[in-house]
Amino acid sequence: MSGVSLMKEIVEKLVKIVGAEFVSDQPEERYIYSMDPGTMPPREPDIVVIPGTSEEVRQIMILANRDEIPVVPLGAGLVLSGLSRALKGGIILDMKRMNRILEVNETSRYAVVEAGTSQGMLQAYLKKHHPNLKHSAPDAPPVATIAGNVSIHGSGHLSHAAGFHSDMLNGLEVVLPTGEVARIGSCATSPYWFSRAPLPDLAGLFLGWAGTTGVITKLAIKLYPNYKYNDVGIFVTEEAQLIPDILHRMTGTQVAEDMTTWMTPKPDWARGFLHCDINFGANTKDELIWKRNLIRASVQEYIDQKVAGFMPLPPAMKQPFLEVPARTLSRFADVRRGGGFEYVGAIMPVDLFPEAYKVGLEIADSLNVNYSLGSRIIGVNHCMMFFYAYAFNRADPADVERAQKALEETNRIVVDMGGIPWKAEAPAQKEIIRKMDPNMFDLMNRIRAVLDPKGIMNPGNWEED
Amino acid sequence: MYELNYDLQICEQCETCDCLVNCQYLDFDLKSAKIEKQNILMGRDSKVLDECVTCYACEEYCPNDNHPFYLIVERQEEKGILPAPAPITKQQIIMMQPRGTITPAQVRPPVINMCYFPMLTGCIRGKLYEGASYIVGSDIFCNVMWLHFAKNSIIRERLPRMIDNIWSHYLRDSGVNELVCFHDECFGTFTQLATAFGIDVPFKSIHLFEYLSKKLDALQDQIQPVNAKVAYQRPCSNRLVPETQHWVDNIFQRIGIERVEREYDRENALCCGQVFRAHQRDELADDVQRRNLDDMQQAGANYCVFNCPACFFTLAEAVSERGIFPILMSDLCQLAFEKGT
Ligand SMILES: Cc1cc2nc3c(=O)[nH]c(=O)nc-3n(C[C@H](O)[C@H](O)[C@H](O)COP(=O)(O)OP(=O)(O)OC[C@H]3O[C@@H](n4cnc5c(N)ncnc54)[C@H](O)[C@@H]3O)c2cc1C
Repeated sequence: MSGVSLMKEIVEKLVKIVGAEFVSDQPEERYIYSMDPGTMPPREPDIVVIPGTSEEVRQIMILANRDEIPVVPLGAGLVLSGLSRALKGGIILDMKRMNRILEVNETSRYAVVEAGTSQGMLQAYLKKHHPNLKHSAPDAPPVATIAGNVSIHGSGHLSHAAGFHSDMLNGLEVVLPTGEVARIGSCATSPYWFSRAPLPDLAGLFLGWAGTTGVITKLAIKLYPNYKYNDVGIFVTEEAQLIPDILHRMTGTQVAEDMTTWMTPKPDWARGFLHCDINFGANTKDELIWKRNLIRASVQEYIDQKVAGFMPLPPAMKQPFLEVPARTLSRFADVRRGGGFEYVGAIMPVDLFPEAYKVGLEIADSLNVNYSLGSRIIGVNHCMMFFYAYAFNRADPADVERAQKALEETNRIVVDMGGIPWKAEAPAQKEIIRKMDPNMFDLMNRIRAVLDPKGIMNPGNWEED
Repeated sequence: MYELNYDLQICEQCETCDCLVNCQYLDFDLKSAKIEKQNILMGRDSKVLDECVTCYACEEYCPNDNHPFYLIVERQEEKGILPAPAPITKQQIIMMQPRGTITPAQVRPPVINMCYFPMLTGCIRGKLYEGASYIVGSDIFCNVMWLHFAKNSIIRERLPRMIDNIWSHYLRDSGVNELVCFHDECFGTFTQLATAFGIDVPFKSIHLFEYLSKKLDALQDQIQPVNAKVAYQRPCSNRLVPETQHWVDNIFQRIGIERVEREYDRENALCCGQVFRAHQRDELADDVQRRNLDDMQQAGANYCVFNCPACFFTLAEAVSERGIFPILMSDLCQLAFEKGT
């Protein structure tokens, strides 16, 4: 059968599975699904399909596996590094219709959701039905999906308190590339989705793999207290070398929920200053003040030396810094107009902060790109996601190229420095693989061969040259 | 350039040292006050220079108008004593710097100076401001705030330019020589601080309260009494011009307001606390705000009236939480005309 007639047959079969409304091989859909807002070049899929249930996903995977058709799972496509482009054609599996919130356990603080549930939907649902609970939302636009974010080891507003979003995962339902549906975590054995322990932890088979090992259809994530009172402090210094110790001291108090840093040349008053935002919440005002005092006491030495201090912000001016998600990065994302935005998020030890910052300034300076630098602390200073964000105008090829160069250069330097690009673009994945213990890469390949014997899951990712 | 107009002998001969003895935040008896004062005069180290909360009040307490506060700030800067951390001070200086975007424009009297509070220009409305023009922006910012940051040098550098901007871009060519200052800071700067530093001001400044009082007189027959009990939050910059205080009672009386009797009013007013936070003294700010708000509440106020926008932004939320309605003086006066509409 020719490629074209095979695809026609697949479309017909897909229509039988999900209904005609939710399958398309038309050029307009293929065009839209060929790209994301980042710098990676477009790659058209042959077909786009939008399943509504786990059973439909199962049937689609059986079909694709039989005919060896590539399948690329897609959430909101906001990863920015082109991970949900169809590098080898085939099917884009858009998960957005699977957006039901299945359960919220108020006492054990977790939610079970379908994979396409968006951050915004869960946030709104909790606000309405469980106002005492919240999840750790990333600063991505609210359409970003819970599964897409967890599966790439995302991070967000509770990451200082509770780690990567993948650390907050209690369990998964996945459809394997060969069509079996597997439950992972407590939900494999119990009706409750309370944790991944004490069973062998297979969740790692689907975290950080960029959709190359299976399709997540359901997941449970941990929820946390939604405090009545919230505050933020912005600690400012001009000395980058102080930041690791400042963060070490502040995180040592373990009272904050989120700690981020930001360094940007605009507005003028921000240029050259390093800002650490410390977000914390409490059940009472007194508790809030107590927490603020603990944080302040941890860095009092620097305050007394007059080399750093908290920005004096009246309550109304704190609002933008208390928003979840924060809008600042989204605003920066369109600073060049034309909607192009991508960042290198480098996971690295906090010790590397001064070097990471210096590199960021040098790259932006040498390539003359619009930049925004910053980091989010993961855990109690256990590591950080240091981001180098570049905005560009998609309609200006020279601008795109400049940003691409900046990203490539940043990825390379980050790896050399000892960091690891997060949600790395396919070329950056190769850079990582070059540095990786060969036995780890070999193990990855063996696992993939077992899970996905025909190599249909998001091919082109986590592959050597 | 712009030497502080200050007479050492007056202080040396001063018997009462009110500037320090009356301080609400530092505790001095007459003897210790005199020692510290002498240290300041002689350019020696002094506890005052390290601990001054920069509330401006000693400018009011001094019976000789000898600018004790400006001298403290002068000495702090000479000695490199920073009340706030260096990056905070530097960042504020950049944040508030003139953008140089001012362009000449025709204005009509009354011209209301909104300082650098563009978000408050909506206050200039209705009968009280009929026919008024307003001016606003970084290029006309009075810059008196640097007193809180031991930076008289910035005032010297920027204030003359601001005054010139107001004069040459707006007033002079419009044939206007009076400026109504919405904020006490501007009025205090142009009428008192500028004189202390020998900076010329080619126009006449009118305090907002004087303007409002006269407007209320003119519109007397249209006033509907507001019938509220208010606590007044006197701002630090009013310490530079205490002679304007009587206008507050004047206004209240005209629009049917009862100013509640409370401890922290008039000469005993407490700072809103925001500057203490810039100085990284949160616990002091908490304490001062708590005492101030307890006092307002116990006195039975149902409105808290501000004239300083910075005090307003600092305390509005906290007073609301106490069930007290925060309002700017200008808006309070508007209520006398807008009620029931
Ligand atoms: C302005 C801005 C701010 C951002 N801030 C943050 C932030 O604070 N924290 C953060 O973590 N990220 C952030 N991001 C990055 C990104 O948007 C998020 O990580 C987002 O959550 C990714 O989710 P998605 O649904 O868009 O995933 P997609 O881009 O659709 O997919 C991501 C990867 O997961 C795979 N995948 C998706 N769904 C499934 C599934 N059901 N099963 C298996 N694999 C799947 C895809 O194949 C792809 O490899 C930001 C992005 C922007 C534009």
